Amino acid sequence: MAARYDRAITVFSPDGHLFQVEYAQEAVKKGSTAVGIRGKDIVVLGVEKKSVAKLQEERTVRKICALDDHVCMAFAGLTADARIVINRARVECQSHRLTVEDPVTVEYITRHIATLKQVDCMQNTLRYTQSNGRRPFGISALIVGFDNDGTPRLYQTDPSGTYHAWKANSIGRSAKTVREFLEKNYTDEAIATDNEAIKLAIKALLEVVQSGGKNIELAVIRRNQPLKLLESKEIETLVAEIEKEKEEEAEKKKPKKST
Amino acid sequence: MEYLIGIQGQDFVLVAADNVAAHSIVKMKQDQDKMFKLSDKILLLCVGEAGDTVQFAEYIQKNIQLYKMRNGYELSPTAAANFTRKNLADYLRSRTPYHVNLLLAGFDETDGPGLYYMDHLSALAKAPFAAHGHGAYLTLSILDRYYRPDLTRDEAVDLLKKCIEELNHRFILNLPSFSVRLIDKDGTHDLEKLIPVGSK
Repeated sequence: MAARYDRAITVFSPDGHLFQVEYAQEAVKKGSTAVGIRGKDIVVLGVEKKSVAKLQEERTVRKICALDDHVCMAFAGLTADARIVINRARVECQSHRLTVEDPVTVEYITRHIATLKQVDCMQNTLRYTQSNGRRPFGISALIVGFDNDGTPRLYQTDPSGTYHAWKANSIGRSAKTVREFLEKNYTDEAIATDNEAIKLAIKALLEVVQSGGKNIELAVIRRNQPLKLLESKEIETLVAEIEKEKEEEAEKKKPKKST
Repeated sequence: MEYLIGIQGQDFVLVAADNVAAHSIVKMKQDQDKMFKLSDKILLLCVGEAGDTVQFAEYIQKNIQLYKMRNGYELSPTAAANFTRKNLADYLRSRTPYHVNLLLAGFDETDGPGLYYMDHLSALAKAPFAAHGHGAYLTLSILDRYYRPDLTRDEAVDLLKKCIEELNHRFILNLPSFSVRLIDKDGTHDLEKLIPVGSK
């Protein structure tokens, strides 16, 4: 049944679905996991690094990209589509600065990206008869940053062109597992300090990433500071800290053996 | 009416611009900053048609920033100068040319300091010292006489002062103050505003 209604983005199915958009969301679910956390004075983005082939150079395929000095994003889904979106967002950040002499707010750039995704879907209505139809962007994005007034923000967009603000969220392959972990563990205590917020992001990713710190890429933005990508050494240190804390927790919980 | 000057040393570039924004015979503003920061180590000094100057300079500024965002590193001064020239040249044969005269000063990690002279016909020349405006006719000869490639920072400032004193002495218009900046490996530094003796 779906086969008749899923060819073009311009066609609704009888029960009100836009199948192309839903298939785009499936493409997102195939992408590697990304997690975003909004702290008090810091915003954190973490992504699962896909393991590279033996002969491939380990040049980091950057999934975390700066859009401007105070905003950055991570994505899950089709890398090629993401490149287009990121480029347009970067241009818009500068264009905004040129016309209004102010940096973009995180919400503004998120809205711009979401509109891009939706508009490109709609372009099809006009061009369908003339050119090879367009398809939606197959990515979801986590956009983090600080507004001019110092407020930290985290937004998520998806292929349908909607966006929402979040305290913490994840996208990609094991998004559900990570989100459940975050729902349990995101407390005011957990994000009390910058370090704690970073560790929470790592803990969330460790739930689903195979071999620990080596496969995690982490970036932070602190208020009034540019994007900082953490080096693998720093990540290893934090992972070791987390492991130690886990062990200490386990020790405490162990019932004392009576001899 | 407006004046720009740049002097390149061994490991720095010294630039200065006058601070008057005039409209016909009236000084509209006496503290106008004609230098635009393209990046941490590149300054664009821009004079010419009112409106064109800011419009063009800010357009270049944002494009340089966009390059930084897209590629993760900043354009070198040489690349920035050539990019600016190309833009100027493209607009020159359009219906809306920009009538601006520019000095681009920058410091490159590998090539060291650089000063580039550009004019409204989109000429580009790398020079050890350069000036724009009517004042240039009066001061280039002073630079010819006293410039040395191994000038220290203080000597360069003294040379700059000589030039400005000459303007005060012989230039028909009164330019009461000049913004001065220096670019070296540590970035852009604001120096003290130069106020020729006898101006208010």
